[in-house]
Amino acid sequence: MVTRGFSSGRRPPTDGDARIPPGQYLEQGFPVLSAGPTPRVRTEDWSFTLKHGPRPIKKWNWTEFNALPLTKMTRDIHCVTAWTKFDTPWQGVLVDDILADAGIEPPTAFTLAHSFDGYSTNVPTKDLTAGKAMVALLYEGKPITSDHGGPARLLVPHLYFWKSAKWLNGLQFTERDEPGFWELRGYHIYGDPWREQRYTNDP
Amino acid sequence: MSDAAAVQSPWQTVRIVRIEKRTPRVTSFFFQLSRPFAYRAGQHVDVRLTAPDGYQARRSYSIASAPGDGGVIELAIEKLDDGEVSPFFHDVAAIGDEVELRGPLGGHFIWPDVDGGPVLLVGGGSGVVPLMAMVRHRARRNSSVPVALVFSARVWDEVIFRDELVALDDRKDGFDLILTLTREAARRPADYSRRVDVAMMVQSMAHLPGPPDIAFVCGSNAFVSAAAQALIDAGVAAEIIRTERYGV
Repeated sequence: MVTRGFSSGRRPPTDGDARIPPGQYLEQGFPVLSAGPTPRVRTEDWSFTLKHGPRPIKKWNWTEFNALPLTKMTRDIHCVTAWTKFDTPWQGVLVDDILADAGIEPPTAFTLAHSFDGYSTNVPTKDLTAGKAMVALLYEGKPITSDHGGPARLLVPHLYFWKSAKWLNGLQFTERDEPGFWELRGYHIYGDPWREQRYTNDP
Repeated sequence: MSDAAAVQSPWQTVRIVRIEKRTPRVTSFFFQLSRPFAYRAGQHVDVRLTAPDGYQARRSYSIASAPGDGGVIELAIEKLDDGEVSPFFHDVAAIGDEVELRGPLGGHFIWPDVDGGPVLLVGGGSGVVPLMAMVRHRARRNSSVPVALVFSARVWDEVIFRDELVALDDRKDGFDLILTLTREAARRPADYSRRVDVAMMVQSMAHLPGPPDIAFVCGSNAFVSAAAQALIDAGVAAEIIRTERYGV
């Protein structure tokens, strides 16, 4: 349905079109979204726990975690509120390297990411491994600010950005695909921006 | 989830049936839904515009009206000069125009199912819109839940829904309005003329008969960060604070 009097005035440059998923627009800033107040997590209080169901597999403190191999990842990110930001530069620890340090193969097909503020989000394990995702510690070469999820946030850039949990404190392998915070509140269980999976039951 | 599961809140065509200027920068648009839906106070909708070349732009807007308006919903849209969708509404849209809309959306920033309370609402600028739906919902139901709304605007003439809010405050039925103007002197005795801070939160909560069960904070990111921190510093548990942030 064409809207009377609406023209594509702020349409992104053509060479960028192929990088913008359907229904998204190009954003130069870096908007902040969250369901609650911003937690101020001090690195001396920080820890990261890998779990299989209720059972802890391994726990790292900030120093131990920062001793793991650091990888650079520069990616386009896509927020369900319709902004897309190109070339965001992150550094962090690949989920592959976390698993290697714990000496395990992924035990289940599903994972729940957990945060210090009680937030959670589900991601299939195969979307976290093979270099697809990391626990990011730096943005533009500097510690991630608390607004953007520091000290550490999940980065799963190929899914809508609510999957990239802020203030991350652990990953938990689950037997079933367990919906997290927003997935229980009307948002899509998987969240592929290229298929525009924004809300529950979007195809 | 089965393949047969229906898409939640599919796009529908809606018609503008009324336009009302609220402040110099905010205008309310009233949309007649072609497929009316039930919603909860605090929820939002997505609006989609389509250009002749097929290009589409979509934005989320909170619903300002209380549930139960017979298929008409109100969106109060602030004009953003560098925007793409809001200038269309302010400069082009007229009564009778049709756009596409999808909703209701959002399952967190919503008025609680069961009346509890007290409830604290804190809004900055157009962040008052979902809070207005809550205030109107409470009034419509003649609810006795104690509610205090702290509303920060730059100047008196930018207080969205001002006359309606002041009238609701004057009822003295458990709803209290606390205005704070950041660039002008206060006009009413209990109001402030500064940015939100801890002391203002402590004093505003004293309007309620007890500590809030839940607090909703909505506005720009800078406003929400400051207001939520002020609430935490005023002794409110982070777990009961729900936030919604607009823009960068």
